[in-house]
Amino acid sequence: MTELLAALHKEALLQWRSRAQLLAVFVFGATALLLFSFAVGPHTELLRENAAGFLWLGLLLSSTLTLAEGFQSEMQERALEGLLLLPASPQSLYYGKALSNWVQLSLLGSALVPLMVVLYDAPLPRPFALLGVVALGSAGLSAPGTLYAAMTYQARSRQTLLPLLFFPLVVPVLIASVKATSLLLLGDPMDQVRPWTLLLLSFDAIHWSLCGLLFGRVVED
Amino acid sequence: MLAAIHERGVARAKGFMLFGALLLLIGSYIGLFKAPSEAFMGEVYRIMYVHVPVAWNALLAFTFAFFAALLFLLRGDWKWDSRHEAAVEMGIVLAGLLCTQGSIWAKPTWGVWWDWDPRLTTTAVMFFAFSGILALRRFVDDPVKRATWSAVATIIAYVDVPIVYFSVRWWNSLHQMQSSPSTVSAPFLIPLRLNAFGILFLMTGLIMLRSRVAALRLEGELAPPLPAAELGAPARLATQAAR
Repeated sequence: MTELLAALHKEALLQWRSRAQLLAVFVFGATALLLFSFAVGPHTELLRENAAGFLWLGLLLSSTLTLAEGFQSEMQERALEGLLLLPASPQSLYYGKALSNWVQLSLLGSALVPLMVVLYDAPLPRPFALLGVVALGSAGLSAPGTLYAAMTYQARSRQTLLPLLFFPLVVPVLIASVKATSLLLLGDPMDQVRPWTLLLLSFDAIHWSLCGLLFGRVVED
Repeated sequence: MLAAIHERGVARAKGFMLFGALLLLIGSYIGLFKAPSEAFMGEVYRIMYVHVPVAWNALLAFTFAFFAALLFLLRGDWKWDSRHEAAVEMGIVLAGLLCTQGSIWAKPTWGVWWDWDPRLTTTAVMFFAFSGILALRRFVDDPVKRATWSAVATIIAYVDVPIVYFSVRWWNSLHQMQSSPSTVSAPFLIPLRLNAFGILFLMTGLIMLRSRVAALRLEGELAPPLPAAELGAPARLATQAAR
Protein backbone atom coordinates (compact mmCIF):
# COMPACT_ATOMS: atom_id res chain seq x y z
CA MET A 1 0.00 0.00 0.00
CA THR A 2 2.87 2.36 0.87
CA GLU A 3 4.47 1.46 -2.47
CA LEU A 4 1.26 2.29 -4.32
CA LEU A 5 0.95 5.61 -2.49
CA ALA A 6 4.55 6.46 -3.37
CA ALA A 7 3.88 5.56 -7.03
CA LEU A 8 0.72 7.67 -6.98
CA HIS A 9 2.64 10.57 -5.47
CA LYS A 10 5.22 10.30 -8.24
CA GLU A 11 2.48 10.26 -10.89
CA ALA A 12 0.65 13.22 -9.34
CA LEU A 13 3.90 15.19 -9.33
CA LEU A 14 4.58 14.30 -12.96
CA GLN A 15 1.03 15.21 -13.98
CA TRP A 16 1.23 18.54 -12.20
CA ARG A 17 4.51 19.39 -13.89
CA SER A 18 3.15 18.54 -17.33
CA ARG A 19 -0.32 20.04 -16.80
CA ALA A 20 -0.09 21.94 -20.08
CA GLN A 21 -0.27 18.60 -21.86
CA LEU A 22 -3.69 17.82 -20.37
CA LEU A 23 -4.95 21.13 -21.73
CA ALA A 24 -3.55 20.28 -25.17
CA VAL A 25 -5.28 16.89 -25.11
CA PHE A 26 -8.55 18.57 -24.10
CA VAL A 27 -8.24 20.92 -27.08
CA PHE A 28 -7.62 17.88 -29.28
CA GLY A 29 -10.76 16.15 -27.93
CA ALA A 30 -12.82 19.33 -28.34
CA THR A 31 -11.61 19.69 -31.94
CA ALA A 32 -12.57 16.07 -32.60
CA LEU A 33 -16.10 16.74 -31.23
CA LEU A 34 -16.36 19.74 -33.50
CA LEU A 35 -15.17 17.76 -36.53
CA PHE A 36 -17.61 14.89 -35.95
CA SER A 37 -20.48 17.30 -36.46
CA PHE A 38 -19.22 18.01 -39.98
CA ALA A 39 -19.54 14.29 -40.80
CA VAL A 40 -23.27 14.38 -39.98
CA GLY A 41 -24.15 17.91 -41.10
CA PRO A 42 -26.07 20.58 -39.23
CA HIS A 43 -29.01 18.29 -38.39
CA THR A 44 -29.72 18.91 -34.73
CA GLU A 45 -31.79 15.75 -34.34
CA LEU A 46 -29.09 13.49 -35.84
CA LEU A 47 -26.36 15.17 -33.80
CA ARG A 48 -28.36 14.72 -30.59
CA GLU A 49 -28.96 11.03 -31.36
CA ASN A 50 -25.27 10.39 -32.02
CA ALA A 51 -23.93 12.63 -29.24
CA ALA A 52 -22.93 9.68 -27.00
CA GLY A 53 -20.97 7.99 -29.81
CA PHE A 54 -19.15 11.19 -30.68
CA LEU A 55 -18.25 11.85 -27.04
CA TRP A 56 -16.72 8.38 -26.63
CA LEU A 57 -14.91 8.44 -29.95
CA GLY A 58 -13.46 11.83 -29.00
CA LEU A 59 -12.34 10.45 -25.65
CA LEU A 60 -10.92 7.27 -27.23
CA LEU A 61 -8.87 9.24 -29.77
CA SER A 62 -7.64 11.64 -27.09
CA SER A 63 -6.77 8.71 -24.81
CA THR A 64 -4.15 7.45 -27.28
CA LEU A 65 -2.38 10.80 -26.92
CA THR A 66 -2.26 10.73 -23.12
CA LEU A 67 -1.47 7.02 -22.95
CA ALA A 68 1.25 7.09 -25.63
CA GLU A 69 3.22 9.71 -23.70
CA GLY A 70 2.55 8.10 -20.32
CA PHE A 71 5.93 6.39 -20.11
CA GLN A 72 7.98 9.23 -21.54
CA SER A 73 9.60 10.26 -18.27
CA GLU A 74 10.20 6.61 -17.25
CA MET A 75 12.13 5.95 -20.45
CA GLN A 76 14.38 9.02 -20.19
CA GLU A 77 17.86 8.15 -19.00
CA ARG A 78 16.68 4.59 -18.24
CA ALA A 79 14.63 5.78 -15.26
CA LEU A 80 12.43 2.68 -15.50
CA GLU A 81 15.38 0.41 -14.70
CA GLY A 82 16.09 2.54 -11.64
CA LEU A 83 12.47 2.28 -10.55
CA LEU A 84 12.50 -1.50 -10.95
CA LEU A 85 15.63 -1.73 -8.79
CA LEU A 86 13.76 -0.12 -5.90
CA PRO A 87 12.34 -2.50 -3.29
CA ALA A 88 8.85 -2.09 -4.77
CA SER A 89 6.83 -4.44 -6.93
CA PRO A 90 6.26 -3.64 -10.63
CA GLN A 91 2.55 -3.98 -9.82
CA SER A 92 2.57 -0.86 -7.67
CA LEU A 93 4.29 0.97 -10.51
CA TYR A 94 1.59 -0.24 -12.91
CA TYR A 95 -1.35 0.59 -10.65
CA GLY A 96 0.10 4.03 -9.90
CA LYS A 97 0.40 4.75 -13.61
CA ALA A 98 -2.98 3.22 -14.49
CA LEU A 99 -4.77 5.12 -11.70
CA SER A 100 -3.15 8.35 -12.82
CA ASN A 101 -4.25 7.67 -16.42
CA TRP A 102 -7.74 6.88 -15.14
CA VAL A 103 -8.00 10.19 -13.28
CA GLN A 104 -6.66 12.02 -16.31
CA LEU A 105 -9.13 10.38 -18.73
CA SER A 106 -12.05 10.83 -16.33
CA LEU A 107 -11.26 14.53 -16.03
CA LEU A 108 -10.93 14.81 -19.78
CA GLY A 109 -14.25 12.97 -20.33
CA SER A 110 -16.02 15.13 -17.74
CA ALA A 111 -14.65 18.27 -19.41
CA LEU A 112 -15.89 17.10 -22.81
CA VAL A 113 -19.47 16.49 -21.51
CA PRO A 114 -20.49 20.21 -21.35
CA LEU A 115 -19.01 20.70 -24.81
CA MET A 116 -21.12 17.80 -26.10
CA VAL A 117 -24.22 19.39 -24.55
CA VAL A 118 -23.49 22.71 -26.25
CA LEU A 119 -22.39 21.39 -29.66
CA TYR A 120 -24.98 18.65 -30.13
CA ASP A 121 -27.81 20.13 -28.05
CA ALA A 122 -27.87 16.93 -25.97
CA PRO A 123 -30.18 16.84 -22.94
CA LEU A 124 -28.55 16.09 -19.60
CA PRO A 125 -31.22 14.74 -17.23
CA ARG A 126 -28.86 12.65 -15.02
CA PRO A 127 -25.47 14.44 -14.93
CA PHE A 128 -24.03 12.51 -11.96
CA ALA A 129 -24.93 9.11 -13.40
CA LEU A 130 -23.29 10.21 -16.66
CA LEU A 131 -20.11 11.18 -14.81
CA GLY A 132 -20.16 7.70 -13.23
CA VAL A 133 -20.34 6.09 -16.68
CA VAL A 134 -17.50 8.36 -17.86
CA ALA A 135 -15.42 7.20 -14.88
CA LEU A 136 -16.17 3.49 -15.53
CA GLY A 137 -15.47 3.79 -19.26
CA SER A 138 -12.24 5.68 -18.60
CA ALA A 139 -11.18 2.89 -16.21
CA GLY A 140 -11.77 0.39 -19.02
CA LEU A 141 -9.59 2.43 -21.36
CA SER A 142 -6.78 3.15 -18.92
CA ALA A 143 -6.08 -0.40 -17.64
CA PRO A 144 -5.13 -2.07 -20.95
CA GLY A 145 -3.96 1.27 -22.36
CA THR A 146 -1.29 1.65 -19.67
CA LEU A 147 0.03 -1.87 -20.26
CA TYR A 148 0.16 -1.45 -24.03
CA ALA A 149 1.76 1.97 -23.70
CA ALA A 150 4.57 0.38 -21.66
CA MET A 151 5.17 -2.09 -24.52
CA THR A 152 4.79 0.21 -27.48
CA TYR A 153 6.83 3.04 -26.01
CA GLN A 154 9.91 0.86 -26.34
CA ALA A 155 9.04 -0.37 -29.86
CA ARG A 156 9.49 1.22 -33.26
CA SER A 157 6.50 3.09 -34.76
CA ARG A 158 4.82 3.40 -31.38
CA GLN A 159 2.30 5.98 -32.62
CA THR A 160 0.87 3.39 -35.03
CA LEU A 161 1.28 0.37 -32.82
CA LEU A 162 -0.62 1.58 -29.75
CA PRO A 163 -3.98 2.20 -31.49
CA LEU A 164 -3.51 -0.98 -33.53
CA LEU A 165 -3.32 -3.07 -30.35
CA PHE A 166 -5.58 -0.94 -28.19
CA PHE A 167 -8.64 -0.18 -30.37
CA PRO A 168 -9.84 -3.75 -31.10
CA LEU A 169 -9.38 -4.67 -27.44
CA VAL A 170 -11.60 -1.89 -26.07
CA VAL A 171 -14.56 -2.59 -28.36
CA PRO A 172 -16.67 -3.78 -25.38
CA VAL A 173 -15.83 -0.58 -23.43
CA LEU A 174 -16.82 1.55 -26.41
CA ILE A 175 -20.10 -0.31 -27.01
CA ALA A 176 -21.11 -0.37 -23.34
CA SER A 177 -20.11 3.25 -22.67
CA VAL A 178 -21.86 4.58 -25.77
CA LYS A 179 -25.01 2.58 -24.99
CA ALA A 180 -25.12 3.63 -21.33
CA THR A 181 -24.39 7.28 -22.15
CA SER A 182 -26.98 7.30 -24.91
CA LEU A 183 -29.62 5.84 -22.58
CA LEU A 184 -28.76 8.42 -19.91
CA LEU A 185 -29.03 11.27 -22.41
CA LEU A 186 -32.07 10.22 -24.43
CA GLY A 187 -34.09 8.40 -21.79
CA ASP A 188 -34.13 4.84 -20.48
CA PRO A 189 -37.71 3.54 -20.23
CA MET A 190 -36.65 -0.15 -19.99
CA ASP A 191 -33.95 0.44 -17.33
CA GLN A 192 -31.18 -0.83 -19.62
CA VAL A 193 -28.40 1.31 -18.16
CA ARG A 194 -27.82 -1.26 -15.40
CA PRO A 195 -26.76 -4.23 -17.66
CA TRP A 196 -24.47 -1.98 -19.69
CA THR A 197 -22.89 -0.62 -16.53
CA LEU A 198 -22.44 -4.20 -15.32
CA LEU A 199 -20.68 -5.11 -18.56
CA LEU A 200 -18.37 -2.12 -18.08
CA LEU A 201 -17.71 -3.16 -14.49
CA SER A 202 -16.85 -6.74 -15.45
CA PHE A 203 -14.53 -5.55 -18.23
CA ASP A 204 -12.85 -3.21 -15.75
CA ALA A 205 -12.49 -5.94 -13.12
CA ILE A 206 -10.98 -8.46 -15.56
CA HIS A 207 -8.57 -6.04 -17.22
CA TRP A 208 -7.44 -4.23 -14.07
CA SER A 209 -6.48 -7.55 -12.49
CA LEU A 210 -5.08 -9.28 -15.61
CA CYS A 211 -3.02 -6.33 -16.82
CA GLY A 212 -1.63 -5.75 -13.31
CA LEU A 213 -0.63 -9.40 -13.18
CA LEU A 214 1.14 -9.32 -16.55
CA PHE A 215 2.84 -5.91 -16.22
CA GLY A 216 5.84 -7.38 -14.39
CA ARG A 217 6.67 -9.51 -17.44
CA VAL A 218 6.43 -6.53 -19.78
CA VAL A 219 8.95 -4.34 -17.96
CA GLU A 220 11.40 -7.03 -16.81
CA ASP A 221 14.68 -7.10 -18.72
CA MET B 1 21.71 -35.42 -36.45
CA LEU B 2 19.92 -32.07 -36.15
CA ALA B 3 19.45 -31.93 -39.90
CA ALA B 4 17.88 -35.40 -39.85
CA ILE B 5 15.40 -34.36 -37.11
CA HIS B 6 14.65 -31.21 -39.10
CA GLU B 7 14.03 -33.23 -42.29
CA ARG B 8 11.77 -35.65 -40.42
CA GLY B 9 9.70 -32.78 -38.99
CA VAL B 10 9.29 -31.17 -42.41
CA ALA B 11 8.27 -34.50 -43.95
CA ARG B 12 5.69 -35.03 -41.19
CA ALA B 13 4.27 -31.52 -41.71
CA LYS B 14 4.04 -32.11 -45.46
CA GLY B 15 2.31 -35.44 -44.79
CA PHE B 16 -0.27 -33.69 -42.59
CA MET B 17 -0.87 -31.06 -45.26
CA LEU B 18 -1.25 -33.63 -48.02
CA PHE B 19 -3.68 -35.72 -45.98
CA GLY B 20 -5.62 -32.56 -45.05
CA ALA B 21 -5.79 -31.40 -48.66
CA LEU B 22 -7.05 -34.85 -49.70
CA LEU B 23 -9.80 -34.82 -47.04
CA LEU B 24 -10.74 -31.26 -48.04
CA LEU B 25 -10.93 -32.27 -51.68
CA ILE B 26 -13.18 -35.28 -51.00
CA GLY B 27 -15.35 -33.33 -48.51
CA SER B 28 -15.75 -30.40 -50.91
CA TYR B 29 -16.62 -32.76 -53.79
CA ILE B 30 -19.36 -34.43 -51.72
CA GLY B 31 -20.51 -31.06 -50.41
CA LEU B 32 -20.69 -29.48 -53.86
CA PHE B 33 -22.04 -32.34 -55.97
CA LYS B 34 -23.47 -35.14 -53.80
CA ALA B 35 -25.14 -33.51 -50.78
CA PRO B 36 -28.80 -32.50 -51.27
CA SER B 37 -29.89 -28.84 -51.53
CA GLU B 38 -31.03 -27.09 -48.41
CA ALA B 39 -34.80 -26.51 -48.10
CA PHE B 40 -34.67 -22.72 -47.48
CA MET B 41 -31.35 -21.49 -48.87
CA GLY B 42 -31.09 -23.75 -51.97
CA GLU B 43 -27.53 -24.01 -53.33
CA VAL B 44 -26.10 -20.99 -51.50
CA TYR B 45 -25.86 -23.01 -48.29
CA ARG B 46 -23.03 -25.15 -49.76
CA ILE B 47 -20.49 -22.54 -48.62
CA MET B 48 -21.26 -23.88 -45.14
CA TYR B 49 -19.00 -26.87 -45.90
CA VAL B 50 -15.95 -24.64 -45.83
CA HIS B 51 -17.32 -21.76 -43.75
CA VAL B 52 -18.20 -23.74 -40.62
CA PRO B 53 -14.94 -25.82 -40.57
CA VAL B 54 -12.92 -22.63 -41.09
CA ALA B 55 -14.74 -21.06 -38.12
CA TRP B 56 -13.98 -24.03 -35.85
CA ASN B 57 -10.35 -24.13 -36.92
CA ALA B 58 -9.84 -20.36 -36.61
CA LEU B 59 -10.99 -20.59 -32.99
CA LEU B 60 -8.75 -23.62 -32.47
CA ALA B 61 -5.75 -21.75 -33.90
CA PHE B 62 -6.30 -18.77 -31.57
CA THR B 63 -6.83 -21.13 -28.62
CA PHE B 64 -3.57 -22.89 -29.45
CA ALA B 65 -1.87 -19.47 -29.73
CA PHE B 66 -3.21 -18.59 -26.26
CA PHE B 67 -1.84 -21.78 -24.70
CA ALA B 68 1.48 -21.39 -26.55
CA ALA B 69 1.75 -17.81 -25.21
CA LEU B 70 0.89 -18.97 -21.69
CA LEU B 71 3.41 -21.83 -21.83
CA PHE B 72 6.12 -19.50 -23.13
CA LEU B 73 5.57 -17.12 -20.22
CA LEU B 74 5.50 -19.96 -17.68
CA ARG B 75 8.37 -22.10 -19.01
CA GLY B 76 10.41 -19.68 -21.12
CA ASP B 77 10.92 -22.40 -23.75
CA TRP B 78 11.57 -20.83 -27.17
CA LYS B 79 9.73 -23.53 -29.08
CA TRP B 80 6.49 -22.14 -27.65
CA ASP B 81 7.33 -18.70 -29.02
CA SER B 82 7.76 -20.13 -32.52
CA ARG B 83 4.50 -22.08 -32.20
CA HIS B 84 2.78 -18.98 -30.87
CA GLU B 85 3.87 -16.93 -33.90
CA ALA B 86 2.78 -19.67 -36.30
CA ALA B 87 -0.62 -20.14 -34.63
CA VAL B 88 -1.38 -16.40 -34.56
CA GLU B 89 -0.58 -16.13 -38.27
CA MET B 90 -2.70 -19.17 -39.08
CA GLY B 91 -5.57 -17.81 -36.97
CA ILE B 92 -5.43 -14.48 -38.80
CA VAL B 93 -5.51 -16.19 -42.21
CA LEU B 94 -8.49 -18.32 -41.15
CA ALA B 95 -10.33 -15.36 -39.55
CA GLY B 96 -9.80 -13.35 -42.77
CA LEU B 97 -11.13 -16.27 -44.81
CA LEU B 98 -14.06 -16.58 -42.43
CA CYS B 99 -15.08 -12.93 -42.86
CA THR B 100 -14.75 -13.19 -46.65
CA GLN B 101 -16.79 -16.40 -46.88
CA GLY B 102 -19.37 -14.96 -44.49
CA SER B 103 -19.76 -11.87 -46.68
CA ILE B 104 -20.13 -14.00 -49.84
CA TRP B 105 -22.86 -16.00 -48.10
CA ALA B 106 -24.54 -12.99 -46.49
CA LYS B 107 -25.12 -11.02 -49.71
CA PRO B 108 -27.60 -13.48 -51.31
CA THR B 109 -29.05 -14.63 -47.97
CA TRP B 110 -29.36 -11.47 -45.87
CA GLY B 111 -29.11 -8.99 -48.77
CA VAL B 112 -26.06 -7.24 -47.31
CA TRP B 113 -22.32 -7.97 -47.39
CA TRP B 114 -21.87 -7.25 -43.73
CA ASP B 115 -24.05 -7.20 -40.66
CA TRP B 116 -23.22 -6.17 -37.11
CA ASP B 117 -24.02 -9.59 -35.77
CA PRO B 118 -22.09 -10.87 -32.70
CA ARG B 119 -20.18 -13.64 -34.45
CA LEU B 120 -19.25 -11.55 -37.49
CA THR B 121 -18.20 -8.58 -35.40
CA THR B 122 -16.29 -10.75 -32.92
CA THR B 123 -14.41 -12.44 -35.77
CA ALA B 124 -13.53 -9.06 -37.27
CA VAL B 125 -12.38 -7.79 -33.86
CA MET B 126 -10.32 -10.96 -33.38
CA PHE B 127 -8.79 -10.48 -36.84
CA PHE B 128 -7.73 -6.92 -36.04
CA ALA B 129 -6.62 -7.67 -32.46
CA PHE B 130 -4.32 -10.50 -33.55
CA SER B 131 -3.11 -8.55 -36.61
CA GLY B 132 -1.99 -5.88 -34.11
CA ILE B 133 -0.03 -8.56 -32.24
CA LEU B 134 1.66 -9.64 -35.47
CA ALA B 135 2.54 -5.98 -36.14
CA LEU B 136 3.99 -5.76 -32.61
CA ARG B 137 6.22 -8.74 -33.41
CA ARG B 138 7.46 -6.99 -36.55
CA PHE B 139 8.25 -3.72 -34.75
CA VAL B 140 10.27 -5.17 -31.86
CA ASP B 141 13.83 -6.23 -32.69
CA ASP B 142 14.90 -7.76 -29.37
CA PRO B 143 13.72 -11.43 -29.53
CA VAL B 144 13.18 -11.69 -25.74
CA LYS B 145 11.01 -8.58 -25.59
CA ARG B 146 9.22 -9.56 -28.79
CA ALA B 147 8.32 -13.00 -27.44
CA THR B 148 7.25 -11.77 -23.99
CA TRP B 149 5.22 -8.79 -25.16
CA SER B 150 3.42 -10.65 -27.90
CA ALA B 151 2.63 -13.47 -25.46
CA VAL B 152 1.16 -10.94 -22.99
CA ALA B 153 -0.84 -9.27 -25.78
CA THR B 154 -2.17 -12.64 -26.99
CA ILE B 155 -3.33 -13.60 -23.50
CA ILE B 156 -5.17 -10.29 -23.06
CA ALA B 157 -6.70 -10.43 -26.55
CA TYR B 158 -7.88 -14.01 -26.06
CA VAL B 159 -9.45 -13.27 -22.67
CA ASP B 160 -11.18 -10.29 -24.32
CA VAL B 161 -12.89 -12.39 -27.02
CA PRO B 162 -15.85 -13.63 -24.90
CA ILE B 163 -16.46 -10.09 -23.56
CA VAL B 164 -16.48 -8.74 -27.13
CA TYR B 165 -18.89 -11.51 -28.12
CA PHE B 166 -21.34 -10.80 -25.29
CA SER B 167 -21.16 -7.04 -25.72
CA VAL B 168 -21.94 -7.30 -29.43
CA ARG B 169 -24.66 -9.88 -28.77
CA TRP B 170 -26.43 -7.49 -26.44
CA TRP B 171 -25.89 -4.74 -28.96
CA ASN B 172 -27.40 -6.53 -31.97
CA SER B 173 -28.14 -10.04 -33.14
CA LEU B 174 -29.08 -11.57 -36.50
CA HIS B 175 -26.79 -14.56 -37.17
CA GLN B 176 -28.43 -17.95 -37.13
CA MET B 177 -27.56 -20.47 -34.40
CA GLN B 178 -24.25 -22.28 -34.82
CA SER B 179 -24.24 -25.28 -37.16
CA SER B 180 -23.04 -28.33 -35.24
CA PRO B 181 -23.55 -32.07 -35.70
CA SER B 182 -26.61 -31.89 -33.42
CA THR B 183 -28.31 -29.15 -35.50
CA VAL B 184 -27.44 -30.54 -38.95
CA SER B 185 -29.22 -33.52 -40.54
CA ALA B 186 -27.24 -36.67 -41.46
CA PRO B 187 -26.58 -36.19 -45.23
CA PHE B 188 -24.93 -32.82 -44.53
CA LEU B 189 -22.72 -34.26 -41.81
CA ILE B 190 -20.17 -36.30 -43.77
CA PRO B 191 -18.78 -33.46 -45.95
CA LEU B 192 -18.86 -31.10 -42.95
CA ARG B 193 -16.78 -33.50 -40.84
CA LEU B 194 -14.42 -34.37 -43.70
CA ASN B 195 -13.74 -30.71 -44.37
CA ALA B 196 -13.34 -29.91 -40.67
CA PHE B 197 -10.65 -32.59 -40.30
CA GLY B 198 -9.17 -31.66 -43.68
CA ILE B 199 -8.66 -28.05 -42.62
CA LEU B 200 -7.45 -29.21 -39.19
CA PHE B 201 -4.69 -31.36 -40.73
CA LEU B 202 -3.81 -28.68 -43.28
CA MET B 203 -3.63 -26.09 -40.50
CA THR B 204 -1.53 -28.38 -38.26
CA GLY B 205 0.95 -29.00 -41.09
CA LEU B 206 1.16 -25.29 -41.87
CA ILE B 207 1.65 -24.38 -38.19
CA MET B 208 4.43 -27.00 -37.94
CA LEU B 209 6.20 -25.62 -41.01
CA ARG B 210 5.71 -21.98 -40.01
CA SER B 211 6.94 -22.56 -36.47
CA ARG B 212 10.03 -24.25 -37.96
CA VAL B 213 10.70 -21.12 -40.03
CA ALA B 214 10.22 -18.98 -36.92
CA ALA B 215 12.55 -21.26 -34.91
CA LEU B 216 15.28 -21.04 -37.57
CA ARG B 217 15.05 -17.24 -37.65
CA LEU B 218 15.18 -17.17 -33.86
CA GLU B 219 18.24 -19.43 -33.89
CA GLY B 220 20.00 -16.85 -36.06
CA GLU B 221 18.94 -13.98 -33.81
CA LEU B 222 19.90 -15.65 -30.54
CA ALA B 223 23.25 -17.02 -31.79
CA PRO B 224 26.31 -15.03 -30.64
CA PRO B 225 28.10 -13.15 -33.47
CA LEU B 226 30.81 -15.18 -35.17
CA PRO B 227 34.41 -14.36 -34.15
CA ALA B 228 36.51 -12.73 -36.87
CA ALA B 229 38.63 -15.89 -37.44
CA GLU B 230 35.55 -17.87 -38.48
CA LEU B 231 34.34 -15.29 -40.94
CA GLY B 232 34.80 -16.02 -44.63
CA ALA B 233 37.51 -14.30 -46.71
CA PRO B 234 35.26 -11.55 -48.16
CA ALA B 235 33.98 -10.69 -44.70
CA ARG B 236 37.54 -10.61 -43.36
CA LEU B 237 38.57 -8.26 -46.16
CA ALA B 238 35.59 -6.05 -45.40
CA THR B 239 36.57 -5.96 -41.72
CA GLN B 240 40.14 -5.01 -42.61
CA ALA B 241 38.91 -2.33 -44.99
CA ALA B 242 36.72 -0.93 -42.26
CA ARG B 243 39.74 -0.66 -39.98
